[in-house]
Amino acid sequence: MTGAVATAPAARTGRAPAPRPVSPTARQMRRAGWWFLAVPLALFVVFMLLPMGMAAVISLTDYAIIGDTAWVGWQNYARIWDDAFFWTALRNTARYTLMYVPLGLVVALGTALLLNRSYRAVRLFRTLFYIPVVSSTVATATIWYWLLNPQKGLLNVALGWFGIDGPRWLYDSQWAMTAIVLMSVWAGFGTNMIIFLGGLQGVPGDLYEAARLDGANVWQQFRYVTLPSLTRTTFLVSTLLIIGAFQVFDQAYVLTKGGPGNSTVTMVYYIYNKGFGSLEMGYASALSFVLFLIILVFSLINARLNRPGDGGRVRRRRVPAAVPSAVAAR
Amino acid sequence: MTAVAARPAPAAAPTPPTSRPRPRSRRRRLGAAVWYVAVSVLAVVMVAPLVWTLATAFKPATEILSGALSLIPDDPTLDNFARVFQDVPFGRYFVNSLVLGVGGAVTNVFFGGLGGYALAKLRFRGRAGVFALFLSSLMIPGIVTMIPTFLILRHFPLAGGNDLLGQGGLGLLNTYAAVIVPGAAGAFAVFFMKQFFETLPDELGEAARIDGASEFRIFVQVYFPLARAGLAVLGILSFQAGWNNFLWPLIVLNDPSMMTVQVGLSSFVNDYETAFGPLMAGTVVASLPVLLVFLVAQRWIIEGVAHVGSK
Repeated sequence: MTGAVATAPAARTGRAPAPRPVSPTARQMRRAGWWFLAVPLALFVVFMLLPMGMAAVISLTDYAIIGDTAWVGWQNYARIWDDAFFWTALRNTARYTLMYVPLGLVVALGTALLLNRSYRAVRLFRTLFYIPVVSSTVATATIWYWLLNPQKGLLNVALGWFGIDGPRWLYDSQWAMTAIVLMSVWAGFGTNMIIFLGGLQGVPGDLYEAARLDGANVWQQFRYVTLPSLTRTTFLVSTLLIIGAFQVFDQAYVLTKGGPGNSTVTMVYYIYNKGFGSLEMGYASALSFVLFLIILVFSLINARLNRPGDGGRVRRRRVPAAVPSAVAAR
Repeated sequence: MTAVAARPAPAAAPTPPTSRPRPRSRRRRLGAAVWYVAVSVLAVVMVAPLVWTLATAFKPATEILSGALSLIPDDPTLDNFARVFQDVPFGRYFVNSLVLGVGGAVTNVFFGGLGGYALAKLRFRGRAGVFALFLSSLMIPGIVTMIPTFLILRHFPLAGGNDLLGQGGLGLLNTYAAVIVPGAAGAFAVFFMKQFFETLPDELGEAARIDGASEFRIFVQVYFPLARAGLAVLGILSFQAGWNNFLWPLIVLNDPSMMTVQVGLSSFVNDYETAFGPLMAGTVVASLPVLLVFLVAQRWIIEGVAHVGSK
């Protein structure tokens, strides 16, 4: 602001001034700005831009730390196409994502709706639900390793109370991924719940008032007031969930080591194994770019579906007038 | 605030406040009761695993395997904790994780604060571009840069026995720097602090600038103290991230004396297999620092997360 104010008169009076006169404060600010950003920018170049470029180059070689490196062109990418293990890892990751994202979204929004009250106890429950987020994935995975024990674990014992003979979870290739999804939702929904709570608090109360006057019931208020007002938040949360889901690693590493029968080998797990297990860093880099691409595509699809372009504006939809107001007022 | 809670506001109600107050309050009490039941059930589901973990950690092996679901151990013991610290250098892991957590917090608070301040309060050409650069990097999955970053650390010039060209040694691998430096000024930290500084008024800095204060002085003496709340949240989140970090330390710190609590705990799962007592004791120890920090600072953390989420 100061810069603009200071330069404007100078520009008018001076006749075609050389590079544009800059007031001392503006110069001071500009110089300080770059100084203040020097370290973040330097780190950004060395640990983000440079690695991106390197990854692109390495993915076109057969680099393996030891031995000679040869340029192989697109061979790594062609190899991915024929790599049965890649497709297994991709299928497993897709299974995880397809279960985790909707479930994570629904649980987070559901608890947020539940906690969006003015009761005093809300703070206590909010804290309780957030505790698993604070613990590491390794710690929560370890907890669930015990919880999911087929014989003595809490989950199967609890299922037994209802006469349900629980599956062998982590030891059953049919159930291992489901178990990891359950664990991940339990461990992670707290953050998104808080984000949704923030979004809910931003929904103007008079919209509900108006909807009720129109005779909307609770479901209709949710459908036509709450959800449209939350588009931005839903977009943010679903994007975070998708990006995270495609990169799931810790849980699979700690709980199953990819087993049983490779049913929990995820993409990142496979890349980790290729890159740091068998040191095929060229191939692993190509894999990581493919994963990047997949994440990008799904994020864009999600952007289309959740259209934040509405800017959180409430789309006016008519609430069926036939709903008796007595029902709405309960 | 919600459909139910917002209703009673008497001033806004078009009907006189005296109209049928009775059934409404009874209904509200019923609603509250239903709410408490629902939330409590959910809370039990959420907390049961944690309580059970705690109980297991204090139970002797025989009691654990007898299948007793008691939440209070019949015969409480500290043996499991003793075993954790005897069998592996868990104390050492603890120190390593502490260094990484605190190091990450300090660097991110300082550099993230400085960078975020510059993007929020200083006007200069290229600012928008820098911000867009940081923001877009948040979208790039960490896995893409993982292998090259490993190689950069390994071939870091003049470190860990390397020559000027980065050959000959292990570079920064197996040092704390391998974890702290790449994340010392994360894009998230810069973004988070930019959002925070933008909520502070510009006039304060302008007044100081007219008085002839240097930009660094304006940052340190005017804005830094005002941003304490935001910086505290960032510090805590960075500490948690550093403490809980798993994949990266697993890759760059493989010397046993450099291992972190998380990496140590993950190898427990293999080594102990069904020795759930020590396993749960290790989990409790591994979670304790972040849980304590969270319980002390929970209000700010939750508000901070909500704040970022709303942007």
